Amino acid sequence: MEEVREATRTVYRDHLIALMRRDPRVICVDSDTGLFSGVDFGSTMDRYVNLGIAEHTMMGVAAGMAASGWRPYVNTFATFATTRALEALQINIAYNALPVRIMATHSGVSAGHLGPTHHALNDLAVTRTLPAMTVVVPADGPSTIALLDAVVDLPGPVYVRLGRGPTPHIPGAAAPVLGELQALRTEYDVVLVACGPRPVLAALDAADALARYGIGAGVLHAHTVKPFDRAGLLAVTERARLVVTVEEHWLAGGLGAVVTETLCDSVPRPVLRIGLPDAFVSIVGDHDEILTAYGLTAESVANRVRRTLAGPHAASADQQQRGGPNG
Amino acid sequence: MTLELFERSQRIRRRIVDACAGPTGGHLGGSLSCTDILTVLYFAVLRVEPDRPDDPDRDIFLLSKGHAAIALYATLEERGFVPAGELSRYGRPGSRMTGHPVRAVPGVEMPTGSLGHGLALGLGFALSARLAGRSSRVFVVVGDGELQEGSCWEALQCAAAHRADNLVSIVDRNGLQQAGLTEEVSPLEPLADRLRAFGWAVREVDGHDHAALAEALSTVPWKAGHPSALIARTVKGMGVPMLAGRVASHYVTLNERNHSRALRQLGGAP
Repeated sequence: MEEVREATRTVYRDHLIALMRRDPRVICVDSDTGLFSGVDFGSTMDRYVNLGIAEHTMMGVAAGMAASGWRPYVNTFATFATTRALEALQINIAYNALPVRIMATHSGVSAGHLGPTHHALNDLAVTRTLPAMTVVVPADGPSTIALLDAVVDLPGPVYVRLGRGPTPHIPGAAAPVLGELQALRTEYDVVLVACGPRPVLAALDAADALARYGIGAGVLHAHTVKPFDRAGLLAVTERARLVVTVEEHWLAGGLGAVVTETLCDSVPRPVLRIGLPDAFVSIVGDHDEILTAYGLTAESVANRVRRTLAGPHAASADQQQRGGPNG
Repeated sequence: MTLELFERSQRIRRRIVDACAGPTGGHLGGSLSCTDILTVLYFAVLRVEPDRPDDPDRDIFLLSKGHAAIALYATLEERGFVPAGELSRYGRPGSRMTGHPVRAVPGVEMPTGSLGHGLALGLGFALSARLAGRSSRVFVVVGDGELQEGSCWEALQCAAAHRADNLVSIVDRNGLQQAGLTEEVSPLEPLADRLRAFGWAVREVDGHDHAALAEALSTVPWKAGHPSALIARTVKGMGVPMLAGRVASHYVTLNERNHSRALRQLGGAP
């Protein structure tokens, strides 16, 4: 079977054109990202507004538009949306709980060789602290469309974490339901919770690898980081020997933090958090090369799970090794 | 009209002085410097009605220099958006009125206070109105010190690029900021030339001259296809001579004696 590969950002772009035709309130607000170059907006051309390279202004403009009854989809890179323009996102959009859709491309290390100024490794940590914000992370093209449709009428703001380059479809996944963890593997000796294209695929392949060692690993696709599906997590973690989070994000404040906090608030379980270490990426490479260097591969995830299950001493040694690339 | 506006502005100033005599004190100087601008806007320019706060055809007002919230609240009370007397509970538990504007107060379109946000918000309202084919205009009062925030210039540039001639910025040019003179801290001059260079139509006016303010603000846009910037030359603390023009007028808690003195200077009962 030929593998289908799509970039979540281009799937979103094409879907937005359809949304604009369907919903006369939808406005596409751009910060000169180039994502819409050559796109034919047809009769909706008046609802494409390129504000230029001005992300902070864009957030304020979108707030004014949303307060006027429009549904702005603002477009920028994930790191610019959540760090450069954060104050405007926080006080103009989140504080007023306005229905702005923040379409954040180049998330994680998907910008690859463009370097750490273009990586976004704390955007989940930032956005999930904002009251009123819904935070979603599609894992492939079909889940991008399903989640965009699911949030289309939400009255508040939504942060949509998108990638840059093409990534494969998640095999065998039904359409995700907003706010619900999606079970992709249902044996729960170990529970792998993952979000984003590469981490979800790595978790699935790691589960297959662990099965060969007799370890039944469940996989939960955490496409909705906020609000987080507490009940869905607790339903499968109670008897699990280990909960593992896999994300393309710094360990501080991301999916691993959400899962850990959720468990600590109810029935604590041992958690192994896998993500990018507490450092700016120090190697040059494309998306996959960087992820491989930092251990965000199925093989590395499976090995770390096995080491951790082998005992607390092994788990502690595992954590100490993860200080940098190839660690 | 002018006598009525004068009387209204004096009532608004007395309310401001009263609020700054409360336990929290308040941003007295910058509230008094923009009082005449707000008076003229709400009683001679803005198409807004207290009983139709969500009218899609209304004009939009934003106080980008949100620390002058007391002036806005006092004006909204004078205009009938806010029940008489509510400002007497300013900053106290149970009141809706915080030190920077919040939307809980009727008539406040957007919360402000962190400086450098009003122009982008205003541009959003302005582009929305144009896209919807509405004749709404958007008026944004910015502080002169506020123009030291880079985000103001990003929004100024963007507004000109989008030919938002339904957007009007009024600069409360009182020349002072919290710690000194704007021209000593980080100079803004030649401000009119700088705004013109950014693509705005610019006029200058005595910011305490009601007739001149009304004439300028009623005739926008001054140049088709260009947003309008009115540099309103004002005095920080205007109306209360013991504080007027002083850096120390920025945030004041008036004691009983100075409260009475300020009210007398404003022609009100001590």
